[in-house]
Amino acid sequence: MKKSNTGYYIKEGVSSIFTHGFMSFASVAITVACLVIMGSFSLLAMNVNSIVADFEDENVVIAFVDKAYSQENGGEALKSSVLSVEHVTSAEFISKEEAYQSFVGKYDDTMQFDDLDSDILRDRYAVYMDDVANITDVQVGLSRIPGIAEIKANLNVAQGFVTARNIISVVSLSLVVVLIIVSLFIMSNTVKLTTIDRKDEIAIMRMVGATNSFIRWPFLLQGFILGLLGALLAYLVQWGLYELLTNIILSDYSVSFISLVPFATVALPLLLIFLIIGLCVGVGGSTMAIKNYLKV
Amino acid sequence: MIQFNDVYKEYANGIKALKGISFTLRDGEFAFLVGPSGSGKSTLMKLITGEISPSSGSILVNGYMMDKIRMRKLPYVRRTLGIVFQDFRLIEKKTVYENVAFAMRVVGAPNREIRKRVPYVLDLVGLADKATMHPNELSGGEQQRVAIARALVNNPSTIIADEPTGNLDPARSLEILMLMQKINELGTTVLIVTHEKAMVDEFSQRVIAIDGGHLISDGMDGYYNYEEV
Repeated sequence: MKKSNTGYYIKEGVSSIFTHGFMSFASVAITVACLVIMGSFSLLAMNVNSIVADFEDENVVIAFVDKAYSQENGGEALKSSVLSVEHVTSAEFISKEEAYQSFVGKYDDTMQFDDLDSDILRDRYAVYMDDVANITDVQVGLSRIPGIAEIKANLNVAQGFVTARNIISVVSLSLVVVLIIVSLFIMSNTVKLTTIDRKDEIAIMRMVGATNSFIRWPFLLQGFILGLLGALLAYLVQWGLYELLTNIILSDYSVSFISLVPFATVALPLLLIFLIIGLCVGVGGSTMAIKNYLKV
Repeated sequence: MIQFNDVYKEYANGIKALKGISFTLRDGEFAFLVGPSGSGKSTLMKLITGEISPSSGSILVNGYMMDKIRMRKLPYVRRTLGIVFQDFRLIEKKTVYENVAFAMRVVGAPNREIRKRVPYVLDLVGLADKATMHPNELSGGEQQRVAIARALVNNPSTIIADEPTGNLDPARSLEILMLMQKINELGTTVLIVTHEKAMVDEFSQRVIAIDGGHLISDGMDGYYNYEEV
């Protein structure tokens, strides 16, 4: 870009936005809508992932050792077999005495357990896995180990979260692709209107010796400004919406067990993503629109 | 200098527009290009401006070989040419001054040079007092003068005009051709495509005549002589 032409490019780019005010407004509005929908699904997916991660931290499969096996071989003998099950990342042996102490420790009045023996409980393993989605495989694998009497796993809750996470991920990704294409199309048409309006001017430019870059710059700037505007507005709308929904969810005690990702932790990456997508849509749409006018 | 050497042009639909055209227009020359509709005049003009390429033969335009030129070099050829059209092709929303300045801005001329050169060229074509007017406030002849000023402003070595008097009455046509002759006397090569027999005969200048894609006459004997051939 020649320095002496910068003023001209900016003036032409900005004036084109106002000349086709309605289409400019429409393309910014569509960009904002697409980015907000995209952002909302991404934030939802992020929060579900965070909830699933919390769930994984708290959720363990408990594998109880058969009492007879414990008496003959000792419960700890099964540790290598437990660890060899696919998807198992670690396993913590909990003896029946430790389990008893832990159980009793949950109560203030321990006197009521004085006549109880730890023998009523069984040795057990707290088994952790790589992904809660593999909980069924782990359960089956553990059940095949001779000496494991019973397995306790919260299958329904785990699978529910995993299914939700998978659906949201697929929907988010599909929406991102579809909405980017829609935005690109609208932006391209907005800039194309300007190129049609200035068709004669472009022909004159070419005849007096304008280079392709000279012709292209005002249109690229128009797309750049619209894309930038769309991205910044979308970011503000997304911020407001997220704060609003967070406040509503957090004030509802029935879902108080859910911890949401604070907006501050995603603010910068989200702004960067919005800017990148907005500018790509703006500049990409302009490039598509002007392409045919740069031949010959 | 413009040089055509055995140039043929056949379009994709099979129409043979030019069949072995050869001529040379030297620097500083003035020539009319005449011929009936469909004779190949427009094709010849498009070959000079690089809008199309020849099927065979070679074309030299102000030092550029047009039959071998790369797309990205075309703007630089066009900067050596000043092109004037029958329909003026002015930008309605710009003033006379802005229309002329626009041609300089497009080639990256600095503002200081634009401020100096545009008034000089407008004075040359007799429109110094109309600089702030818009094209729709001017007569046809004045609009064509603006187009000529725009073609001249970048100091091209050649002016090519495609039917520049086609939309004007005889008196205004004569004025425009007189202006072209004046520009030629200042050192610019001029090639004018026209149908105006009377006008061509008024000027004792070279006439290149084409018909059916062939060059049928090239000399100083006027349009009348071409019709006799």
